[in-house]
Amino acid sequence: MDKFTVHTGTGAPLRASNVDTDQIIPAEYLKRITRHGFEDGLFSAWRKDENFVLNKPEHQGVSVLVAGPDFGTGSSREHAVWALMDYGFKVVISSRFADIFRGNSGKQGLLTAVVDQSAVEQLWKIIEEAPETPVTVDLAEQIITAAGFTTKFEVDSYVRWRLMEGLDDIGLTLKHVDEIEAFEAKRPSFKPKTV
Amino acid sequence: MGRTLAQKVWDDHVVRRAEGEPDLLYIDLHLTHEVTSPQAFDGLRAAGRSVRRTDLTIATEDHNVPTTDIDKPIADPISRAQIDALRVNTAEFGIENYELGNKEQGIVHIIAPQSGLTQPGMTIVCGDSHTSTHGAFGSIGMGIGTSEVEHVLATQTLPLNPFKTMAITVNGKLPAGVTSKDLILAIIAEIGTGGGQGYILEYRGEAIRALSMEGRMTMCNMSIEAGARAGMIAPDETTYEYVRGREHAPTGADWDAAVAYWKTLPSDADAVFDKEVIIDATKLSPFVTWGTNPGQGAPLSATVPSPDDFTDEVDKVATEKALAYMDLTAGMPIRDIKIDTVFIGSCTNGRIEDLRAAAEVLKGKKIADGMRMMVVPGSVRVRLEAMAEGLDKVFAEAGAEWREAGCSMCLGMNPDKLSPGERSASTSNRNFEGRQGPGGRTHLVSPAVAAATAIRGTLSSPADLVGSN
Repeated sequence: MDKFTVHTGTGAPLRASNVDTDQIIPAEYLKRITRHGFEDGLFSAWRKDENFVLNKPEHQGVSVLVAGPDFGTGSSREHAVWALMDYGFKVVISSRFADIFRGNSGKQGLLTAVVDQSAVEQLWKIIEEAPETPVTVDLAEQIITAAGFTTKFEVDSYVRWRLMEGLDDIGLTLKHVDEIEAFEAKRPSFKPKTV
Repeated sequence: MGRTLAQKVWDDHVVRRAEGEPDLLYIDLHLTHEVTSPQAFDGLRAAGRSVRRTDLTIATEDHNVPTTDIDKPIADPISRAQIDALRVNTAEFGIENYELGNKEQGIVHIIAPQSGLTQPGMTIVCGDSHTSTHGAFGSIGMGIGTSEVEHVLATQTLPLNPFKTMAITVNGKLPAGVTSKDLILAIIAEIGTGGGQGYILEYRGEAIRALSMEGRMTMCNMSIEAGARAGMIAPDETTYEYVRGREHAPTGADWDAAVAYWKTLPSDADAVFDKEVIIDATKLSPFVTWGTNPGQGAPLSATVPSPDDFTDEVDKVATEKALAYMDLTAGMPIRDIKIDTVFIGSCTNGRIEDLRAAAEVLKGKKIADGMRMMVVPGSVRVRLEAMAEGLDKVFAEAGAEWREAGCSMCLGMNPDKLSPGERSASTSNRNFEGRQGPGGRTHLVSPAVAAATAIRGTLSSPADLVGSN
């Protein structure tokens, strides 16, 4: 995983609440067995509409998605995170994220920045008025800035540390394999086995 | 201070707790399937890692599989490749896989409870958000992403921060004709699709105690639709009786030790929840969704809401969008909504009691002209049990299609799909735009409402059939 410290890029204002993972990437695209190449599936139903935000010429090359509340609800598909990252997004900003989506993002290095809905509205306004405005997301300071507007954002402190260090979760856990073994030695015999 | 059910199960699985880190939680059972696992196995291979506990891991083929002609090769080459990948991966890493055609095959959340693998007080994960189903036994069942699947395969643990707890207390008895599906849809409409975010829900109260294990599984299954990663119900005699005698259930002294442990799990009387919601069961009636997320629901007897009914601007816009997508007019009676296809099945309502409930309504009746009805058992075992009871004949005589086991029309990943503009009454769990096929429109309902709807052709409950047909 690449280290994440500060990211600056242009933003896409997605004026929708409850953007579920079936909208982010429909099930049809989940049949693939690779981990990359999902950019064509991102918002595929909505992208058929020429007025959809990502189809507008002024929002090409965006890397910061600003969305309404309850982003990433529904299915646990990590493909949603892969599709956003494959498309070029580094950060999603919303007032509320679904738990599993936020967890998946943290594992992959996609930053989910939580701000108040009023800050989301402010960012929508700034980006819609001047799409070329650079949006800067500083993970160290936990601050988003755009055209003189500044807001703090929330992120889980452990996820923040892991993103900033670019660390692999499994490698971290395997340092504690002796503790896993000790736990296993004490598991009750009535616990079921699959075979 | 006392602890909640969720806190007790959590605490009993902490491998490591350190300041500034998430808890490292031991996982008792890892369920896998073809969709969310191939990239995880590739990750293991790339890092030269093995599966730590193949004896706590199981695989099945469910999301992609067709529900007809299962003796023939899967027609869609991409689906077939994904199934083949699961077979290669499970063989290479030494995991038991219930392949299509195996009598243990079925939807991942149906097969673990039916074989007794799901028991109280466990931690159960799967790369599928409806893993919350297993909370019905008083376990923590959680959906995880593919990176976490890889993590569990490699370490049998997951680093997780503890969740807050929310009690959902359902007082009184459910009126006749009102099911666990109606109850959970009403709860989601009450607390919203984000209401459970960050929480583990515990359903409790008189109405919950009265539910069968299958009814409890329907409740916990849809916890994720309220935003909660897990939902739980304290184990009781109903739970023990369900588990007893199943092939993976403990026996002899192990059974006694297990029950003694399970009896310690219910929330203590002085346990404090971070939040409590109280629901009056006696006021409920059959409940359906009208919109494009599971929180957009209303009693069957209500009318389609108007954006003006909502004060919150976000809700107004969401309602407007949903009505446009669903092609509905504010103010029309929900009972007048005409349905093209009825789907009975899924991990929410694909168990034997669900099929019995639908068959009871359909017995001796015919579905409406032009109606398509599919009945898809959640597992091969459910299918065989239903056939032994003659339910397949009831469905066929009514004009419904009787299918093989799988996820089927719950999600558009296999041949069972809605066409653009087609409208379904579905016993599944998600009414998102395009969930059952691009452009498809979904109303979430209970099995009894699904069956009555198939007969009348518009959204209906069995009570609407009295005196007709």
